[in-house]
Amino acid sequence: MLKDRQVIALGERDGISGPAIAACAEAAGASVAFVATECFV
Amino acid sequence: MADVITKGPVVTAASQVLAHVPSLARHGSKPSRELSKNPEVAAKFLASLRSFDQAVAYAPHQSYVGALHPRQLPARPWTDAGDGRASRFVAGGELMPEHEFLGLLAVLDGAGLFTVGESLADRAIDSLARHPLAKHLGLDLLDKARGDAEAMAAAKGGLAVHAGSEAVAAAMRAGDEADPSLTAEVLLENLTTKATATLALLRLLVDHDIDPASIDYVVGCGEEAIGDRYQRGGGNLAKAVAESAGCTEASGCDVKDFCAAPVPAMVIAASLVSAGVFERVAVVAGGSMAKLGMKFQGHLKHDLPVLEDVLGGAAALVQADDGASPRIRLDSVGRHRVAAGGAAAQIMEALAVEPLERLGLATTDVDDFATELHNPEITEPQGSGNVPERNYKTLAALAARRGDIERDAIAAFVEQRGMPGFAPTQGHLASSLCYLPHALDRLTTGDARRVMLLAKGSLFLGRMSQLSDGMSVVLERNPAR
Repeated sequence: MLKDRQVIALGERDGISGPAIAACAEAAGASVAFVATECFV
Repeated sequence: MADVITKGPVVTAASQVLAHVPSLARHGSKPSRELSKNPEVAAKFLASLRSFDQAVAYAPHQSYVGALHPRQLPARPWTDAGDGRASRFVAGGELMPEHEFLGLLAVLDGAGLFTVGESLADRAIDSLARHPLAKHLGLDLLDKARGDAEAMAAAKGGLAVHAGSEAVAAAMRAGDEADPSLTAEVLLENLTTKATATLALLRLLVDHDIDPASIDYVVGCGEEAIGDRYQRGGGNLAKAVAESAGCTEASGCDVKDFCAAPVPAMVIAASLVSAGVFERVAVVAGGSMAKLGMKFQGHLKHDLPVLEDVLGGAAALVQADDGASPRIRLDSVGRHRVAAGGAAAQIMEALAVEPLERLGLATTDVDDFATELHNPEITEPQGSGNVPERNYKTLAALAARRGDIERDAIAAFVEQRGMPGFAPTQGHLASSLCYLPHALDRLTTGDARRVMLLAKGSLFLGRMSQLSDGMSVVLERNPAR
């Protein structure tokens, strides 16, 4: 589903971090254009 | 050295304060960006600010200042369950109304940049003169800060503070109009942090009859970034707070670790005492003006008051074992290593489980876990969920995985060893530090044996790393008791 797609990985502090999402996306063949983790408290 | 660690450092006292500052709420980062876009939203924001009596009666605030254990909080919604008999003053803490706090800003403004209008100055002096800390406040300085606040606000780089109505009650000037680190907005933020930290330290010293001159060192752990264009975040607000509280023999430094900072600050203070470098070290933290009104949109959407209208402050005293106060177990310190992994369970494993395993303890050997105790009534309306509950569920799942509890005991673990969040969303203050007065009660007059303080910090927000951080430490009932 993600093969050859461009991905923006936005993580959340208490959930899944940005780098973890990016790693999964890359493993699925995507190219990660941007990675960030945000804090909502 | 082993003998020193066996004796161990202790926490003898803790104090917590809140300043109710509805007129500063619009200067929080989020409101300052949003209110100017839509006059209707701005009007609703201003109409949704709480009175001081409402802020005093709000049960989570009573928990924050130490008067009500968080497990004794009434059922939510807390906005409807205010206690009209609640007091602004409690042992070791207080809630301060806005006119007094703005007066305190004038007293503590060492650079002569904060001007107080005549009407506010009269009201603040009259009120602060009757304050229990009056003789420690140098109220003559407030008189010197009188002036034309409206003109000062209108001057280049000036910032108006509107108390109650739209009238300009006070104003902040820039330290250097051309220096982005010394704008009026930045300086007001720094001054409010200094004032809340100083108020907390004064309460600690006065309420516990501690000689200010006996404090050797002050460690700050607030979220401010004090400095100028050549050294943004240069710091040492701690020493400025020590000066304001009359700690003439102290020096100090600040510890930075985003919201996690209070736990490393406590650990560093305890280490200094344990190593014999200093005898008495105070840990202080002032409030975060940037976080006022941070989630106001969710509050307005759900017809709630703007609940982030208070600045917090905290202070604690760490010293050598007095044979009575709770010990800080330096051999229990948990840290989030670079290689530990960033998932919620990995962080909790590193901070809560690993250090206990090192000591041969189970999670059930800790009576209270103080984690990120953000008030869910503030966070949920904006979609941020219940932060402490998430932490406790992760911790309880780890406890079940290592066999400390049965899987069907997870809910009971959360209820018995966790607690509802009660702190305003002032990140570092909510990160376990807010539980310290309750922890001291539970470990002295109460029946708890161990309390774990556990804090996390979002390092990634500074864009220098994708990592977060965290630290934990166990407080333990003094074996001599």
